[in-house]
Parts: sequence; C-alpha cells; structure tokens
Amino acid sequence: MAVTVVEDRPAPPAAPPPRRSNPVLALLRNSWRQLTSMRTALVLLFLLAVAAIPGSVLPQRKVSPERVATYFRQHPDLAPVVDRLGGFDVYASAWFAAVYLLLFTSLIGCVLPRLVDQVRSLWTPPPSAPRRLGRLPQHMPGTPRPGAPAEVAADVAAVLRRRRFRTRAAVDDAGTWIVSAEKGYLKETGNLLFHVALLAVLVGVGFGSWYGWHGNRLLVQGADTGFCNAVTQYDESSLGPRVQPADLPRFCLNLTRFQATFQPTGQPKSFMATVDVTEDGGPVHRRRFTVNDPLRLHHANVHLLGQGYAPILRFTDRYGVSQTKVVPFLPTDGMLTSEGAAKFPDVNIDPATNKRNPDLQVGFEGVYLPTVSADGSPRSAYPQERSPALFLTAYRGDLGVDLGNPESVYALNRAQIASGQLTNVSGARPRKLTPGDTWTLDDGSTLQFLGTRPFVTLAVRYDPTQALVLGGAVAGLIGLMLSLAGHRRRVWFRISPPAPDADERGGSLVEAGGLPRTDYPGFGEEFAELVHAAVAAEAAADDGRAP
Amino acid sequence: MAELSNQLMALTVLAYLAAMVSYAAEYAFGNRSRVGRAAVRPARQLVGAGAPTDAVEVPGDLPPSDPASSAPPRTPLDRGALFGKVAVGVNALGVLLHLGTLVTRGLAAGRMPWGNMYEFILSVTFVGSVAWMVVLTRRPGVRHLGLFVALCLVVLNGAAALVAYTPVGPLVPALHSYWFLIHVSTIIIASGILLLGAVPATMFLIRSGYDQGKRRFPYTLGKRVSAAETLERLTFRLHAFAFPLFTFGALIAGPLWAEASWGRYWGWDPKEVWAFISWVVYACYLHARATPSVKRTTATWIALLGFATMLMNLFGVNLFFTGLHSYANAGGM
Ligand code: HEM
Repeated sequence: MAVTVVEDRPAPPAAPPPRRSNPVLALLRNSWRQLTSMRTALVLLFLLAVAAIPGSVLPQRKVSPERVATYFRQHPDLAPVVDRLGGFDVYASAWFAAVYLLLFTSLIGCVLPRLVDQVRSLWTPPPSAPRRLGRLPQHMPGTPRPGAPAEVAADVAAVLRRRRFRTRAAVDDAGTWIVSAEKGYLKETGNLLFHVALLAVLVGVGFGSWYGWHGNRLLVQGADTGFCNAVTQYDESSLGPRVQPADLPRFCLNLTRFQATFQPTGQPKSFMATVDVTEDGGPVHRRRFTVNDPLRLHHANVHLLGQGYAPILRFTDRYGVSQTKVVPFLPTDGMLTSEGAAKFPDVNIDPATNKRNPDLQVGFEGVYLPTVSADGSPRSAYPQERSPALFLTAYRGDLGVDLGNPESVYALNRAQIASGQLTNVSGARPRKLTPGDTWTLDDGSTLQFLGTRPFVTLAVRYDPTQALVLGGAVAGLIGLMLSLAGHRRRVWFRISPPAPDADERGGSLVEAGGLPRTDYPGFGEEFAELVHAAVAAEAAADDGRAP
Repeated sequence: MAELSNQLMALTVLAYLAAMVSYAAEYAFGNRSRVGRAAVRPARQLVGAGAPTDAVEVPGDLPPSDPASSAPPRTPLDRGALFGKVAVGVNALGVLLHLGTLVTRGLAAGRMPWGNMYEFILSVTFVGSVAWMVVLTRRPGVRHLGLFVALCLVVLNGAAALVAYTPVGPLVPALHSYWFLIHVSTIIIASGILLLGAVPATMFLIRSGYDQGKRRFPYTLGKRVSAAETLERLTFRLHAFAFPLFTFGALIAGPLWAEASWGRYWGWDPKEVWAFISWVVYACYLHARATPSVKRTTATWIALLGFATMLMNLFGVNLFFTGLHSYANAGGM
C-alpha cells in the first residue's frame, strides 16, 4: 500500500553540459558522487565494523601492554608482522583511520547538501497540489460539505494548523481553493542533527587525543612518599602530541590513609583513599576519593585503580650501616598475594676505602601474603592483613642496576642471576618473616621486617574535550530519536464550488489526497482522521475547542 | 532465597518449553484457512488504507474485523486457536516465573539482579519476553511467531544456566555507581527488544523465501506466519525503538561510567569494541532500510548480523577475551 518515497540523496545540482567536459573533472565529480552516495556510506559503515574486530582479538598496547609482550613471546615469527600492520594498535592504525576518515568525508558530502535543502524547504511554503489527487497513496474523493469554499478552506487550514501542519491556502481563477500542508520536518532536522553530532564527536575525540594526557602512578601512604605531578614522577605516562611536559598542571598528592573493606569471601566491598592535595602551591586540602568517584582537580582527574601493600624493610650491612626502604609488592590475585623485590645497591661500602663494591650489593625477592593460609599454600587466604608474612630469598652480588638498562623494580635482574653475578645466599627455601622479625644473613648483615604501608595505584588523566564529546553524543541521541520517531507527510485539500447543477446551494466539494514521504504505516489512519475532521463541519468547528 | 531463584529458573524454562510446545501445536493443528486469515489480517496500523472513514471507529486494541472474508462460524473444535490461547497463557505464566526468578535473585544478592553474565542474560530474555507480550496485545495477528520467540527464550535461558551460572554474590566496588545501573538497565532493555526483533527478522526472511517459491526446509516454516510486509515492519519498529536505547546505554551511559571508574570514557576494551560493532551494524541496518536500492531482505540480513554481534558480546567476549569488563569473576577492583 503506502508508497515509500525516500530520496536517496538530493538531486545533484543542475548537471553541467555533458559535451567537452574535462575528463579529470568528470572523474573527480563522479568519484565524489560515488563517495557521498548512500550505498558507499553503507559499505564504509560495514567496513568500520569489520575493521574494529581485530582490536578485540589481538591484545592492544593501549589496553594491556603485558599481553602484547606475551604475544611476542608466544608467536615470535608472527608478532613483528602483526605489529607492522598495526595489529597491536588497531584504533590508531592507518587503515582504521582510512575507513573512518572516508566515512566522515562521505558524511560531510552527504549532509551538507541535505542541510542546505532542509533550510531551503523550511523557508518555502508546502508545494501546491498535484493535478490528480486520486493518484496519491491516500485519497478521499470529492465529498460535499456545507459552507462556501473560502470558508471551508479556512476551516480546513485551521484543522491542519491545529495539528501542527505547515499550511498554505491559495485560490485559483475558477474559485477553487487548494490547501497544502506538510508535517514532519523534524524528522529530517533530527536526522541532520544526528549526523552533524557524529562529526562533533569525531572532532572531540580527535582533539582530546591531541591535547589530553595521562599517567599511572603507584602511591605509597606517607608524607615521605608523596608525588608531585610531573612526567618523570609517573611509572608510565603518555602525553598527546600537542602537550609538552611543562604544560602539566602543578599539584602534589600524598596518601594519608587508605581503607578497604572486604566480604568474608574476600571480595572487595569498598575502598576509600584520603589524600592531602596542594594545587599550584596553594594551601593543603584533605580530600577523599574512591573507585567510581575520582578526585577531580583543576585540569586533572585522579582515579583509584588498585591497591596493595608495601613492606618496610631495614637492612643493616656488615659494617653496621642501615638503610630503610618501603618496597611496594604487586598483587597477583584478588587475595593480594603480592610479589616484589628490595634492592640495596649502596651497601657494604668499606668505611676504610669508602668505595662501593659492586659484588657486595644485596637484593631480596619474594612474596608477601597479607593472610597466610593455614594449609601452607603459597597464596594469600584473605586480602586484609590477618596473619601477614613475607617470604624472601636473599641475593648478593652485582644487581645490574648500573648497566643502564631499564629494569623492573619488582624483580631482580634475571640475567645477573643466570650469569652467576648475583647469587642466592639464603638457601633454596625462602625465609619467612612476620612483622618485627629480624633475619641475620651469612655475613652478619641483617634484614628487619618492620611492617607494611598500604599503597594505591592511580591513573591521572586529563581530556579537554570530554564535555564536547558528551554534548555531541547527547545531541546525536536527540536527533536520532526525532528522526526515528518522525514521519514526513503532505496532504492536500481541493475545495471547489459545487457543480452548477447541484441542488445544494452554497456548499463545497472537498477532495483530499495524502502522501507519506517516508515509510509510515500509520499514515492511513491519520489521513482518515484528518479528512473526517475536515469534512464534518461541526467537527471542524468544535475540534480542539472547549465545548 | 538463592535456592528458590534457581528453582524458579528451572520452572521458567519449563514454562517457556511448554509454551513452545503449545505454539507448535497451534502451528501444526491450525487449520489452513484460519491461519491464512491471520496471516493476511493487516496489523492495526495498516487499518484505514481502503476504508478511511470506517477505520477511525475501530476501538483501541481489538484487531480489526476483516470485512472481506465471510468468517466461518467459530466451532469449539477449532483446536489450533485453542492451542494458541493455551500457549499465550503458559507464556504469560513463564513471564511471571521469570520475574520471580529475577526478584528472588535480587533479594538474595541484596542488589539489582544484573551483576554478572548469568543474571544479565536472564534479564535480557525477561525484557524480550515482556516485549513479546506487549507486541502480542497490540498485534494479535503475529501470534504464530510465539513458537520462535519461545524457542529463543528456552535456548538462551538454558545456555545462561548451563554456561554462565554464577552463585549469588555481591557487586565488586567498580560496579557501585548509579551510572552502572543506568548503563546496564538500558542495555538490558535494548538487548531484550533487539532479541525479540531478531524473531520477526528471521521469519521475514523465511517468509519472503517461501513467497518466492522456495520449498526447502526453513522456508516451509514460512507457510503459516504473517505476511512478509507485516513481519518486516514489525522488525523495523522493534529495531527503531531499541536502537536509541542501545545508543544511550552503550555509547553515553557506559562511557560516563567508564570515565568515573577508569578515567577514560572509551578505551577499546573488548566489550566496548563489540558494543561499537553492534551499534555500527545496526546503524547499517537502518541505513540499508532507508536506501531504496537495497532490498529489504538484504537490510534484514544486516539486522540479524547485528544480533549475532550482540550474542558475541554477551557470550563470546565474556568467555574468550579478558578485559576490564570481565566482572563475572570475583576479585580485583
Ligand atoms: C558516520 C557514519 C554514519 C552513521 C553512524 C550513520 C547512522 C545513521 C543512522 C543510525 C540512521 C537512521 C536513523 C535516522 O533515520 O536518523 C541514519 C540515517 C540516514 N543516514 Fe546516516 N550514518 C552515517 C553516515 C551517513 C552518510 C555518510 C550518509 C550519506 C551518504 C548518511 C545518510 C543518511 C540518510 C539519508 C539517512 C536517513 C534515512 C531515512 O530517511 O530514514 N549517513 N544514519
């Protein structure tokens, strides 16, 4: 039934004369027309979906660099190839960008002419009636109605206007009135709003990645382990291409308290970090934040990502010189079984020569269990410190920290151990230490386990265009709803004086036709209701007014 | 309470199974002419095309009487219709049991019952089931789809219970957020409606194949469902309704929550990637449907592809990939 009239896209502007046109220009013009066609948009959208898939299958550097490293280890031949193709950074790869840039070019090319059209159609009155209303999908044949044509036309126009149709009434030489009306401009407007909003989102995301930055930092509780915002202070950071290290906002944080509560099963229940904040050298403020509720600073947001324990270790070397370190151990499971290493490169310095002996450096490596399980398993039984213990192995020799290679602070250098330059001096079984314990090594030096401090892992981020992206997304949603809910349709009424031989004097003949311009199954009902209101004089007069 | 929830869950699946059998019985026994009439009976919206002035008088929700067919007298022996009524009744009972399952689960956990994959799937199928009841009251003519709706419900709920069952547990702190509630509830509602939308989409494809004279197995099912046009329109309406909801849930509320929780509104986590893919594919569907040169069957295939990506997100991503969203397992933040 209802004929669907959907413009594929606005007709191209008046075709240029075909003869003698420059072939290059013609090719360009054709390509542009192809690119901005609905079909191409469809294909590109589809490609976008397909291009997004590898990013969920392959590990992504931005999401989990460790898993990329694992992939390299497991597929040494394949990984470099995948890497060259951008497989570990799909969403920043050239081919992904090619797809969405083409799509958005197509979008601009498609939306601009429609925008112009829409503005124009908002300024022009609804078009006059087609000659034969009977050809339209909806039609009411001539029906008599009392009242002179001018009067009836005014009535009909009022009925339509009350239903928010844009309405125009005109009379021709024969005294026939035509009432043209159109409704549903919001559909196209909403659709345009949606597509323009998509552009706004893209621009926002782009600028955000240029001008945004982020860093991750592990922050141990205590005034002596505070942190001030600077690239060098981060364990890992990344600045957008338009951000200089000096641009980072100045603030300092120091964790004064961290509370975590857990279910009896060990599942986390709540976290709360309390920090002292100074911004731009101003006064100190005490602030609290938690998971899902970040610390919002000026041009930086601090998010709580994780937690753990940092054992406090005092090492006293063979010459009686001691050093104390707070060493974060990284959790490896939900019960906070944690791994870590303590390195003491500047120990065993002979007071006689005052020279550091690289072969007498000391390192410890092992696990920390906040709750040792009764069954002797090497894993923690509960994430809180119910019966904490540290299990360490001691090494002496060259730690390899002076080699200049970047190395983990959570493990000793494997290569140094393998080459024998760093040797185990405490035996095969790790030594168990509970808080307060002192351990005397073979050369008389001692390690004392003083206790632990909590630490938190933080992500500090700033994205200047977040608000634009959100605004774009919301505008897009509104446009989408208008577009999907709306229906564009036109109706026409032809009101003519009755044939001269009709007995009924002074009446009019009303004919009507309706055209849904988009797929609109409910149009028949609406049309029926409209003509009903227009033909029944009383109905028209009463309609919308209080009785 | 958790135990009760599990028992209700079993009963729910049984009820849907029973509904499925009854729908199937209607399908099998429905005498040709009745079903035929139901199939051509226009949906309420189409009323008035031929007789505009009468149409306005048709009251609210009743199906329009079909003036063209001289209705044969209804005999009590009309077993097909009887089975159909029974099916709808049993189906409604299933919806109540389903609701009971979710409520008891929520009570047992002391929170909304959508904290893990099992509960999530249960909620999605519940929405699909309720949406089906709504469609049924508004367009009784499409009752024959019930067989396939019930089939979907049985399969998905069964899969949830077998593959994804998780004992009742509290939420991890990352999920304590009102954006989480909004995000998950809108996605559940959208997914439920998209789930339901996949049924008329499938049947439309089968029916159009049948109309083209294909008589091999899946197409033979098309013999007794509603007219292709009705199915196609229902498919579109359901998708057009669900798409903005999905957009809001996945692309607005989700990123708002992610920003508060992880500091970035979008990070291409596998779950996010697949939500994006589903969204783009459904956008493709809406585009394809609005492009005159693309056949309606092609567009509908795209809608089904969209549903496949939703399933991938629901099952595949939780099971195969690790990411920040893998909140089905305990521990961590
Ligand atoms: C960035 C990628 C795009 C996305 C995500 C997208 C999405 C959508 C969606 C969801 C709809 C259906 C909702 C509505 O009717 O408003 C739609 C409609 C439409 N889009 Fe796009 N679109 C994109 C690009 C384009 C491009 C490049 C064109 C031009 C060739 C285009 C032209 C249209 C038209 C004409 C409609 C209206 C269809 C109708 O009459 O219902 N879109 N788009």
